[in-house]
Amino acid sequence: MSDNPQASVAKDEYALVTEAKAGSYAAFEELVSRYEKKIYRLGMNITGNPEDAEEVLQETFLKAFQHLPDFREDSRFYTWIVRIAVNEGLMKLRKRRSDKSVPLEDYVDEEGAVMPREVADWRPNPEEQLAQAELEGILNNAARSLPPTFRTVFFLRDVEGLSTQETAELLNLTVSAVKARLFRARLHLRDELAKTFKRGDN
Amino acid sequence: MKCTDVMQELSDYLEGSLDAREKQELCEHLKKCHKCQVIVDTTQKTIELYCDGERFPLPNPVRERLHDMLRTKCQNEPV
Repeated sequence: MSDNPQASVAKDEYALVTEAKAGSYAAFEELVSRYEKKIYRLGMNITGNPEDAEEVLQETFLKAFQHLPDFREDSRFYTWIVRIAVNEGLMKLRKRRSDKSVPLEDYVDEEGAVMPREVADWRPNPEEQLAQAELEGILNNAARSLPPTFRTVFFLRDVEGLSTQETAELLNLTVSAVKARLFRARLHLRDELAKTFKRGDN
Repeated sequence: MKCTDVMQELSDYLEGSLDAREKQELCEHLKKCHKCQVIVDTTQKTIELYCDGERFPLPNPVRERLHDMLRTKCQNEPV
């Protein structure tokens, strides 16, 4: 099918990268415009801080420009810049020592099987009963309480839609380590949100 | 299928990567087990809340500063 939109987007991106590598600033700027929103959101999700997220955004695209000759087209341009952004974001956290993560529950019961402790149902559409700012605060605090690599795995997989394989390569983890971290991250966030959202707990 | 098996398969279920037979077994269990149904639903809801596209929009001044910085530092440099 010639009108497959995904194929045309991918080809377009390949062409832009080629032009940018050949020295076209306009092509590079087009790539920046295409991904700046996602990179800023990722920076916010990893660092939780607007100043850090802006620095991550700037450093990511500056480094991308400087290292463009090293980019080999065996991965997507997007995953290549995500790798830069993740490294910048995690570095910011280390520098600031702003890590607010807590030890994760291991969720293992007495028989060694994994089972969450919190099983109360939530109110329907709990987000609709909160002001946007209040909801943001709850989501951010829960995310901040995850150790940085667990948080990063969660946002790359569940929010940015990277594959398990891409996430593994990007974080130098095995596929099974990514799966395990994603599972624990989801359960931890769920438990944190349950504190506010469960029924009969207004 | 036991509750702990559901937990083992939760990630694959949420990603839609269970095969038909595994999925059917899991759904059968969920129909009978309120506890597992709650865990599946609330985990799904958790992911949805974080996926809201409205979270952390790129502010215009931040975008402008990015493009100004890149233009200054990159435009006249050979790649």
